[in-house]
Amino acid sequence: MANSIKVRAKVTGGVTTVKALISHPMETGLVKDKKTGELIPAHFIQEVTCEHNGKNVLTAWWGASVSKNPYLSFRFKGGKAGDTLKLHWVDNKGESDSLETKIA
Amino acid sequence: MSNMKRRTFLKGTLAAGAAGMAVKAGLLTPRTVLAAAWPTAAFDAKTVPEALTALMGSDQLDASDKITIKAPDIAENGAVVPVSVETTIPGVTSISIISEKNVSPLAASFSLAAETEPFVATRIKLAKTMNVTAVVKSGDKLYSTSKEVKVTIGGCGG
Repeated sequence: MANSIKVRAKVTGGVTTVKALISHPMETGLVKDKKTGELIPAHFIQEVTCEHNGKNVLTAWWGASVSKNPYLSFRFKGGKAGDTLKLHWVDNKGESDSLETKIA
Repeated sequence: MSNMKRRTFLKGTLAAGAAGMAVKAGLLTPRTVLAAAWPTAAFDAKTVPEALTALMGSDQLDASDKITIKAPDIAENGAVVPVSVETTIPGVTSISIISEKNVSPLAASFSLAAETEPFVATRIKLAKTMNVTAVVKSGDKLYSTSKEVKVTIGGCGG
């Protein structure tokens, strides 16, 4: 599951804007497979955390109502260019991925 | 005897070290490590009050005009509805997005740190035309605003 996260973080006027895209099917568990007629088991991201220089700035709890290949954007104060930003997600099957990037 | 104790001590530290390594390597799921776990009851709830009570301990919402929801008036594709929530209420600790007529109404809940601005944007699925509600927690009070989104094609496999 490497490289499932794409993230951009940019500082303008002391505020860091983070925009992230994650590749994930986000199956609700309510949709039937068109070929077999069986329900596709639920498979969705439950938790996304974001750390700025090792300090948590956002924790997102998601249900299956979040769209496939989820998009997330938020802003925080105090970031500087070159600071480390880490994103991490875990889904309901225990799969996870994380990505570290630098603020631009 | 002292030799025996030393042996147990060594074994203990080795085991603890191994467990630590496992966490670092991501072998153990962080859910078992984090204190605040994903709120299963809130996401499993089938009605809005149940979901709110499970998540926040209360379903008392104060309508507020300080919250702005940005979402399309008409969503052609219910599978991908961009929603952003922004508020001018001070001291916001969490923002939740509720899609009232989905099978599980709670779509997402964001916990914000002190330096995080009260703004989040994401994309959600809507099964049909419904109100999207943003619930903002500040102190121990809950504030909310709703916006109707008309959906022409449902987003839940319909």
